[in-house]
Amino acid sequence: MLEIRDLHAAVAGEPILKGLNLTVNAGEVHAIMGPNGSGKSTLANVLAGKDNYEITGGEALFEGKSLGDLEPEERAQLGLFLAFQYPVEIPGVSNMEFLKAALEATRKAQGKEEWDSVTLLRKARETCKQVDLDPQFLKRGVNEGFSGGEKKRNEIMQMLLMEPKLALLDETDSGLDIDALQTVARGVNSLRSPERGIVLVTHYQRLLDYIVPDFVHVLSNGQIIKSGGKELAHELEEHGYGWLTGDRNDGKDQSA
Amino acid sequence: MSTQAELDKVISSEYEAGFTTLVESDTLPPGLNEDVIRVISAKKGEPEWLLEWRLDAYRNWLEMAEPNWAHVTYPPVDLNAISYYSAPKSMEDRPQSLDEVDPELLDTYKKLGIPLHEQEMLAGVAVDAVFDSVSVGTTFKAKLAEAGVIFCSISEAVHEHPELVKKYLGSVVPKGDNFFAGLNSAVFTDGSFVYIPKGVRCPMELSTYFRINEANTGQFERTLIVADEGSYVSYLEGCTAPQRDENQLHAAVVELVALPGAEIKYSTVQNWYPGDKDGKGGIYNFVTKRGVAHDNAKISWTQVETGSAITWKYPSVVLRGDNSVGEFYSVALTRHAQQADTGTKMIHLGKNTRSTIVSKGISAGKSSNAYRGLVRMGPRAENARNFTQCDSLLLGDTCGAHTFPYIESKHPSATIEHEATTSKVSDDQLFLCRQRGIDPEKAVSMIVNGFCKEVFKELPMEFAVEAGKLLEVSLEGAVG
Repeated sequence: MLEIRDLHAAVAGEPILKGLNLTVNAGEVHAIMGPNGSGKSTLANVLAGKDNYEITGGEALFEGKSLGDLEPEERAQLGLFLAFQYPVEIPGVSNMEFLKAALEATRKAQGKEEWDSVTLLRKARETCKQVDLDPQFLKRGVNEGFSGGEKKRNEIMQMLLMEPKLALLDETDSGLDIDALQTVARGVNSLRSPERGIVLVTHYQRLLDYIVPDFVHVLSNGQIIKSGGKELAHELEEHGYGWLTGDRNDGKDQSA
Repeated sequence: MSTQAELDKVISSEYEAGFTTLVESDTLPPGLNEDVIRVISAKKGEPEWLLEWRLDAYRNWLEMAEPNWAHVTYPPVDLNAISYYSAPKSMEDRPQSLDEVDPELLDTYKKLGIPLHEQEMLAGVAVDAVFDSVSVGTTFKAKLAEAGVIFCSISEAVHEHPELVKKYLGSVVPKGDNFFAGLNSAVFTDGSFVYIPKGVRCPMELSTYFRINEANTGQFERTLIVADEGSYVSYLEGCTAPQRDENQLHAAVVELVALPGAEIKYSTVQNWYPGDKDGKGGIYNFVTKRGVAHDNAKISWTQVETGSAITWKYPSVVLRGDNSVGEFYSVALTRHAQQADTGTKMIHLGKNTRSTIVSKGISAGKSSNAYRGLVRMGPRAENARNFTQCDSLLLGDTCGAHTFPYIESKHPSATIEHEATTSKVSDDQLFLCRQRGIDPEKAVSMIVNGFCKEVFKELPMEFAVEAGKLLEVSLEGAVG
């Protein structure tokens, strides 16, 4: 589903990713961990196609297509979803209006049946409940005046409705209290399926108690320096990142 | 015929030779002098008092200078190069079908979803005398007459309701008010007149649309709306479709009179031709709009401005009566080389008067967009309150937004609040939309529409939908 080979990427001209390799197959959940500044969020943004995040070498293939050749909206229409670390506010544009535009664009591109307004509203309300958001939030501006936790749950709500093939979650756990964390985790777990890949980018092991990954990768200085199963996260928790960052592998030691 | 009688009277009096030829011609030669005004008045068969009023305005205007304080620049308009009267174009002179109309204009009509017969009307195509809007207009007039509402052209009102016109014309915008209003008073060609009797709630929204083919209102339009005690009217002006006009300078005057307890809601969608990318050929729109609100009356201006090369416009409310309310909701969008200097004046004279100003300016391209607003609390304006919110949104980094608020308070109990923000459509907002599969043009239009929501919700429902669509079309290509 996702094939990243020797990926180099720069942000505003500065090299951040320096030869990253990663394969995510359908049905798998991968966690990308690493210290601050290791390039975790850069990876998520490069894959989603943010401006100024430029692929300078190697390639990233999604469903066999080179992501570098696609506009951000085309990637989304192929089924790639990014849950943002800092969801931005769009004042005056209601959540519902936003969801309608997003779902119209993606479902059409994916050849899925289009939802009429009634169906969409019903599904959106159900999904809100699933992530403990009052359906009243559908009428409010996108993230407008939402608390940090509400913004994150709003991202998960969008993700559940959009049913992506590949979900990237960028530090979705940051700033969440334990209840919100569990709600978010429940949402993500409900999305696990044999057809879907999930990539969790996180700094802390805590999220992985609730969303148990199949693979854990440690990112440092723009490369994956260690990969393993879920137990790797526990080792990291115990020893800290320093345990690994001195001990650099060649970045090709991957279990996936 | 009274018109002929007027003409004879005019011609037989002391006027110079050559005057007769002027009266007979369809179009006056360019230039402005007292004779030209006499001819206009004569052609319209106006009573003596109105001719005197025009001449008085003209003499006054000669002493005035064109204002230069607005944040706009344009080559001087040669007022002597303008012809101040021309008969409507004959059917033969007009395009015979839509095939002869600028395809770009048609393309815009299509995007706005404008029905074919309306496209023909807007583009000035010679169409059969019998078409839909005529019959619509007739039923419409019958219904209004039943309610006692007068809605007609101002020329018609001069003849049919002279006492009302005489009483209120120039009562809100005096003929010597400003350079452009002075010019309009001297040479206005036509416009709308509305009178709502005491206690009557006008049974429908009044729209200039119903009048569009009745008269060639030309570049000096004059509108007068009088809402008698306790009455209500909602008036819609303009059209979302871009209108072509060969006259570059437009100097309209709109006067609103809200007598005690009355409410006037005046909504405008202005989409005059803005010129090409460099602003060439666009319309200069210098408008004076003002209303007087008596005791417990309310006047609300809502405007969506997307057209014109130059916009100079400050719809105002004089809150003369106690407890009167004034509102101004505005969206002004400029792109390419457009320049807008627009805003409002809220003049609080009475006690417990309240005013609200919400202005949203959107600039793209190389355009310049200025908000200019005056809030004045007079010495009797006890407990008067104003709230002003002024937001600017920039698309790109070659455009400009400016805010010029003026505040004067002569009463210690008056409250004035002013909030202003300037923001850009951020890359992050755009990225969020695109990451959800929405293409960038749709995303920008959604973000801009969201920005304008507070104003759009003040527009009558149908107009609001159209205004949203208009922004979408206007923004096409504004973001690379």
